[in-house]
Amino acid sequence: MSVTVYIPCDSAALSVGADTVADAIRHEARIRDIDVTIVRNGSRGLFWLEPLVEVEVDGNRTAYGPVTAADVPKLFDAAFHAGGSHPLALGPIEDHPFLKNQERLTFARVGIIDPLDMAAYQSHGGLTGLRRALGMTPEQIVQDVTDSGLRGRGGAGFPTGIKWKTVAETACETKYVCCNADEGDSGTFADRMIMEGDPFTLIEGMVIAGLAVGAGEGYVYIRSEYPHAIATMLAAIRIWEADGLLGDDVAGSGKPFRLHVRKGAGAYICGEESSMLESMEGKRGTVRAKPPIPAVAGLFGQPTVVNNVLSLATVPYIMKEGAEAYRDFGMGRSRGTQPFQLAGNIRQGGLVEKAFGVTIRELIEDFGGGTASGRPFRAAQLGGPLGAYVDDAMLDLAMDYEALAEAGAMLGHGGIVVFDDTVDMAEMARFAFEFCEIESCGKCTPCRIGAVRGRETVEKIIRGEDAARNVTLVEDLCDVMTDGSLCAMGGLTPMPVRSAIKLFPDDFDRPLRHAAE
Amino acid sequence: MRTYAVHASVVRNLRDARRGDYRMTDISTAAGNALRDAVCSICGRHGDDPAALLEILHELQDEWGCVEDDAVPMLADALNLSRAEVHGVVSFYHDFRTSPAGRVTVKMCRAEACQSMGALKLIEDICTRMGVPLGGNGDDARVTIEPVYCLGNCALAPAALIDGRPMGRADIDKLENAIAEAAA
Ligand SMILES: Cc1cc2nc3c(=O)[nH]c(=O)nc-3n(C[C@H](O)[C@H](O)[C@H](O)COP(=O)(O)O)c2cc1C
Ligand code: SF4
Ligand code: FES
Repeated sequence: MSVTVYIPCDSAALSVGADTVADAIRHEARIRDIDVTIVRNGSRGLFWLEPLVEVEVDGNRTAYGPVTAADVPKLFDAAFHAGGSHPLALGPIEDHPFLKNQERLTFARVGIIDPLDMAAYQSHGGLTGLRRALGMTPEQIVQDVTDSGLRGRGGAGFPTGIKWKTVAETACETKYVCCNADEGDSGTFADRMIMEGDPFTLIEGMVIAGLAVGAGEGYVYIRSEYPHAIATMLAAIRIWEADGLLGDDVAGSGKPFRLHVRKGAGAYICGEESSMLESMEGKRGTVRAKPPIPAVAGLFGQPTVVNNVLSLATVPYIMKEGAEAYRDFGMGRSRGTQPFQLAGNIRQGGLVEKAFGVTIRELIEDFGGGTASGRPFRAAQLGGPLGAYVDDAMLDLAMDYEALAEAGAMLGHGGIVVFDDTVDMAEMARFAFEFCEIESCGKCTPCRIGAVRGRETVEKIIRGEDAARNVTLVEDLCDVMTDGSLCAMGGLTPMPVRSAIKLFPDDFDRPLRHAAE
Repeated sequence: MRTYAVHASVVRNLRDARRGDYRMTDISTAAGNALRDAVCSICGRHGDDPAALLEILHELQDEWGCVEDDAVPMLADALNLSRAEVHGVVSFYHDFRTSPAGRVTVKMCRAEACQSMGALKLIEDICTRMGVPLGGNGDDARVTIEPVYCLGNCALAPAALIDGRPMGRADIDKLENAIAEAAA
């Protein structure tokens, strides 16, 4: 009887040798004459254990990790293909505390199935949501998404149902659904994991969005830094087309939905929705002034739904299980679950999908196990390069849009980047300005010039030149950027800077460093 | 008849002006011709659609190693855009380069999560060891090391991408080996 061995094809797993491990297992099985079927699944999101190999015996999966090619002969000696014990054995991975304490709704299938296996997708609940949506009116679909409380996972947290309603009610022959897969925030990889690990759920969500708003065409804008995600999405689209689920007649409904992939070209600002639309039209990614909002005049001037990967990938769950099932998770006005991403200097980095309300400390300490270096925790940046830094005293904050905003921080796309006590927060403030300088679209002055002046001034502080006066100057500049920038790039760059100054003033109080030193 | 004559002369002037463009880009050379053929065939594959400009530039760079200045008027012509528009796009995006990269391209992440695991020092070290400046080519054009901001592998920092192959928990020796392997 053939044994099924799961080896992730997620690019994080590949980055630590998953392909080599797959080759080694194939080779070793051949010389030992053991019948092994290798399935390349997505990643479970326990990245410190990658490559995480799972063996299925009698329908039960036993995990081993992190496996290297050199471990493979010994694993076979220990009869791992029959679930045998070995120092790398982890037991059933679902029982691992990191996974067991999660609430995986959006990520329900990621790491479990072959991302391009339609039969497996359906046997794990795929397409149920779409089938239900096909029997509903557009108004009912929009209502369900609204009732679920789903808010945009791209950063701004705007209610998805309300956005869809605007597009649905804007009369126009041509409308679009655009998926924002630019995922530029440092410390985030959830969009990538969906695209590489369960692309069908994203496609299903986009088709449902098309039905809801009356759009017959969709685009996924994927950053060029994600070659594997692009390849998987393209392959997934071809499978849906071949199965009659995409094209002129979606699943026999008589309604069209065609889907295309557009590749970015290395510009963080193209994650801002209007800049992304410009880029998709083949132009420079400069931000558009609003109004009009994309829901009224978006891609090629047509009404357009722009949603993050996670927002769209969550829709099939809502359609399948009902708005209430989703809304039951969460706290306050933050309903449902958020895929949090633990990154940076963290022992157990990876993906934690959890209902809103979990505290930062639970995420970093209970799930993450503290710093990777073993040194004391000093700071974490929440919500990407435009998000605030928090210190130890703030770790008991609940992950909730409103609670974080009140504390001067933001959730963003759910990334948490951990730093140990070796971090120099003045350097991090300098980098925030430098990043804005590199990635600014250049349309407005507070951002384009402010970022340069900000970096120069923090450099003076780092050199100890008139530190106190220059800190005041930086704070003034932050006011100007916050108030005067056209978009959140320039408008939020002050967030990491201000929080660093406020929480870690000692790092900015520097003695003059002499050139001779 | 007269209207026709005026029309014809306008058309001729336009055509001459365009020829002028091409003369500047030296289409007389074999390389210039080959470049124009490549531009035309890539644009043709995309239905000469200006909205596909980013895809077209990616494909041109994949085939030619870069988007050289000479390609700009050719692209403008094929897509019915101005040269300024094409140049504007090429120069806006970090991915497009106007001169070829080294034989191996290494993208090194220098965003926050990777910094927290010592990426900046690692980048400095690998540039020194390879003898190239960050973002540029060495004399032998063996390797180009480019800065990028997040590769979506932030839980296994520092992260790198070597000719499209991801590397997590990068260190100097792993990088050096991977570069040697890719160059072989
Ligand atoms: C500088 C900047 C970068 C952004 N980057 C992204 C991104 O990478 N992915 C994303 O989905 N949204 C990003 N956004 C937010 C989008 O503008 C937009 O709010 C979002 O795509 C809407 O989808 P949602 O409602 O599903 O979140 C960014 C915004 C700004 C200002
Ligand atoms: S704030 Fe910066 S990125 Fe945003 S529009 Fe202004 S210049 Fe462009
Ligand atoms: S910050 Fe380096 S891979 Fe994300």
